[in-house]
Amino acid sequence: MTQDKVKLFGVWQSPFVLRVKCALKLKGVEYEYVEDDLLNKSSMLLQYNLVYKKVPVLVHNGKPIVESLVILEYIDEVWKNHSLLPEDPLEKARSRFWAKFVDDKFVPVISKMLRVTPAHKENVAKDAREILKTLESCLNPDVQFSEGNKLTYMDIAIVWVGYYAQILEKILDVKLLDDDNSPLLNKWFKDVFDHEVIRECLPPFDKLVAHYTNFHEQHMTVDD
Amino acid sequence: MGKDDLKLLSMWASPFCMRVKVALAEKQIPYEEIMEQDLMGGKSELLLKSNPVHKQVPVLLHEDKPIAESANIIAYLDEVFPDKPLLPECAYGRSRARFWADYINRKVHPAGGAIWNAKDKDEVEAAKKNFLEIMMYLDGTLGDKDYFNGDTFGFVDILLIGLSSWFPAYEKFGDFKLEDHYPKLAAWIARSHARESVSESLTNPEKIINFVIMMRKMYGLE
Repeated sequence: MTQDKVKLFGVWQSPFVLRVKCALKLKGVEYEYVEDDLLNKSSMLLQYNLVYKKVPVLVHNGKPIVESLVILEYIDEVWKNHSLLPEDPLEKARSRFWAKFVDDKFVPVISKMLRVTPAHKENVAKDAREILKTLESCLNPDVQFSEGNKLTYMDIAIVWVGYYAQILEKILDVKLLDDDNSPLLNKWFKDVFDHEVIRECLPPFDKLVAHYTNFHEQHMTVDD
Repeated sequence: MGKDDLKLLSMWASPFCMRVKVALAEKQIPYEEIMEQDLMGGKSELLLKSNPVHKQVPVLLHEDKPIAESANIIAYLDEVFPDKPLLPECAYGRSRARFWADYINRKVHPAGGAIWNAKDKDEVEAAKKNFLEIMMYLDGTLGDKDYFNGDTFGFVDILLIGLSSWFPAYEKFGDFKLEDHYPKLAAWIARSHARESVSESLTNPEKIINFVIMMRKMYGLE
């Protein structure tokens, strides 16, 4: 039987790479991890991801798959243990919808927060809290994560939001995970963080704080 | 009621709705279309209730349960009505299709919009250049195949062909012809339009051009 050859190109701080690591770990897939230097992108990365030139890139037996959510679906289809997406097509559609929502809405707001000046940080934090409140409506009160401790596609796709929100709270001294605003979501994040696979894959908190503090200082736009 | 109870909330100018209609026609699935009437004013109660997060068409109601976002809807239809599958069979092929679906969704319509929203000649040129670069990637991935899906018309074809109803508007305001730059892509558009599912589902480009002119007047660009 031929051995499956799996390689993951990533950078340690990327929440999108985190998604892929969680899925591979959950399913017990052995892989080689290649830390990529973003400033000096390796020619191998460019060869595999000509369109976006970004991580993560999963290479399975020489074939590249890019875009973290696309990679998650691929992993789920190839390695069928611990299935991530629900069986029911309607639930599957819901999961895909919310994963995309998070990318479409939260990524730009995080980008803004990492560039915000003290004068504007409260406004941007308010926007972020509104998105989190909307995200909370995706939680089905009948199906909590903690039931059976089963990690799903949605958990893996969304967990980074809670973690990176905590990091931003620390760097900017703002409130994002407010129990007056999104108590169910906050609890959900706490439950997911506690899962063994997630705990092992999350990059160290202090290292991320240091990295993004530095980023913020360099990219903060000057107050008018 | 039952498996056949399908309603599509739509709007005639929306290329995202056109995509879903093409998919429904390709799979020969009967449905009821409910058009949003008021273009500029308020959205219908049904739409707001069915898609409270984005408040946008298309929304598919299957036995009154809503599914939003066109690519999502088409993937759902492919799973619930597996006859005449739209996605490739193998996992790798599906990952390629999903990648290009995501690329098309992110890039094409906004890039086209930047052309007709441009305020001066320089902005038009920059927007046109950006749009054509995107077309270059799509042309490259189409290659010499009849369809993005290979020999058969599939998921990626459907996602792009819906958007193509707006291409004549981009060509008009950008002063270019796609076939001069990417003849293979232009041929694919013509080939796809020969399919009944496409010709019956896409809004006449002249109507779209008039719609764009109306929007430009609203934004003070005409």
